[in-house]
Amino acid sequence: MALLDIEDLRVTFTTGDGEVNAVNGVSFSVEEGETLAIVGESGSGKSQTAFAAMGLLARNGRATGQIRYDGRNLLELKQKELNRVRSEEIGMIFQDPMTSLNPYMRISEQMAEVLTLHKGMTKRDAIAEATKMLDAVKIPDAKNRITMFPHEFSGGMRQRIMIAMALLCQPRLLIADEPTTALDVTVQAQIMELMAEIRQEFGTAIILITHDLGIVADTCERTLVMYGGQIMETGPTDTLFERPTHPYTLGLLRAVPRIDRDDETLSTIAGEPPDMSRLPKGCPFTPRCAWAHGPCPTVRPELLPAEGYPELRRACHAPVEEVK
Amino acid sequence: MLNYVLRRVAVAIPTILLLVVISFVLMYAAPGGPFNSERPLPAQVMANIEARYGLDQPYWKQMANYVWNVVVHFDFGPSFQYRDRTVNDVIAQGFPVTLTYGFWSFIVALVVGVALGVAAAIRHNSWLDYLAVGISIGAQVLPNFVMAPILVLVFTLWLGWLPGGGWQGGQIEYLILPVIALSTSYMASIARITRSSMLEVLNAGFIRTARAKGLPTSRIIWKHAMKPTMLPVLSYLGPAFVGMITGSVIIDVFFSTGGIGQFFVNSAFNRDYSVIMGITILVGVLTVTFNLVVDLLYAWIDPKIRY
Repeated sequence: MALLDIEDLRVTFTTGDGEVNAVNGVSFSVEEGETLAIVGESGSGKSQTAFAAMGLLARNGRATGQIRYDGRNLLELKQKELNRVRSEEIGMIFQDPMTSLNPYMRISEQMAEVLTLHKGMTKRDAIAEATKMLDAVKIPDAKNRITMFPHEFSGGMRQRIMIAMALLCQPRLLIADEPTTALDVTVQAQIMELMAEIRQEFGTAIILITHDLGIVADTCERTLVMYGGQIMETGPTDTLFERPTHPYTLGLLRAVPRIDRDDETLSTIAGEPPDMSRLPKGCPFTPRCAWAHGPCPTVRPELLPAEGYPELRRACHAPVEEVK
Repeated sequence: MLNYVLRRVAVAIPTILLLVVISFVLMYAAPGGPFNSERPLPAQVMANIEARYGLDQPYWKQMANYVWNVVVHFDFGPSFQYRDRTVNDVIAQGFPVTLTYGFWSFIVALVVGVALGVAAAIRHNSWLDYLAVGISIGAQVLPNFVMAPILVLVFTLWLGWLPGGGWQGGQIEYLILPVIALSTSYMASIARITRSSMLEVLNAGFIRTARAKGLPTSRIIWKHAMKPTMLPVLSYLGPAFVGMITGSVIIDVFFSTGGIGQFFVNSAFNRDYSVIMGITILVGVLTVTFNLVVDLLYAWIDPKIRY
């Protein structure tokens, strides 16, 4: 049985301008110890999918469908039960390490409270355990620095602290929501390396949410491409990158700058991301798609195995052999 | 930290001196004097009295003498109006009263205001939120000169539960109405600031982290959100505290409490120079002091501030 199994997840926000459908019927699963990348541009619903799983949607957001973890539907849990899943079963780290740590509390306190709460440790034991975890994520001089405040650390160090904090209870799944977006490139590489090591050491399954395809290629076994709150294409990262069968995936990959090619200009996907409150009935990518034809604006394509590439699944009306 | 405090105190001294000079000049510039009355005194009598109080000297000399006496002897001089009392007497008599009802007003405003603001923010857009906002707007549009007579009307004249005035050494039944009248509008402001501040803090990334860590809501609110929520509240509390403990003429007049607020206004009408100056300096020193206290509290809450 899969560790996390999401079925027909829908996330809707009620705003002054009406309903905004951020996630529209997304289904996928994550196996124990697996690394899954969710990629897509801003507003594709990738973060909201993760927030829904952790019960972190904004107040005006509502999630329907099923998010089964270990056989339980997380969407139906009571607050208290959900609080046990958070941290103990699923850890989460966020995009901006500058704002995700509480600037008014010492690191020791922020980390220790996780253990005193979930594991019933004494404060002393909790701090000792937290220090060990900081050592594990390679915070130099963790023993002394644990009593410092977040602003006394660099961005990369803060993200390491976030990772250490998320792993304190050794969760089986770590959701990383754009963990490297706010960091500079060399630090990005270090953080990704750290995540890979963590997976080795703890066997933690990881969902990596990102728009950086470079990172995905290096670290994730499986990739899921989202657009307009729907899954466009999914499959093993290698195959997907080698032979994208969906026009959107193709566009994304072409938009990655390549240093080994002599391209004059960087290709982009024409048009703009869709207005999530006015999605077309059919495929949300239709207005920007070069292969758009008859059924595209009105009939939503199903996520089906790609012809000739059985390990890939795609939601597209255009024949596979035409998309390249 | 100590260095910072000393520096602040050093800055406070010229600030207060400036306050003295400006008040002195303004008083001097205002027409009339403490001994003018409808029936003018004979010129010789007037001259004698003015000489007795040093009013015949040039004003810079009066000012210098005054400052000298205040700083060296801590003597604010004799009152011009109450012939047998000094300003020190007036303050010693009035300030404890003001301090008592001001302090309790502050406590009530703070506790009720923060509780209301936090409750409203946690239950944003619920009936509780609307109720809290309603109460604070209601309290805001009822300034104390409206509150005071309404309270007296209801609780003294109609219900007969509480005395409508007097002080009696600050017994609780004499304290309740002045405290309610003085604290309501402050309470309303504190509630509004707390609410909007807490709403903003609850949207912060670190609150999301706290939720992702599986902390119970109560811990998130009190342990993670409360400190940053209080920052803007705190900068309001400094001046508000001084405003409350230096009293209000409205409260003193309506409830005949005998605090310094009443003395302050009377002395302005009567050109009682020394009382005005004395109370002005008192308020000035308190303001400077509590602004410093607020700044130090800021540093305690926000580790990024180091002096």
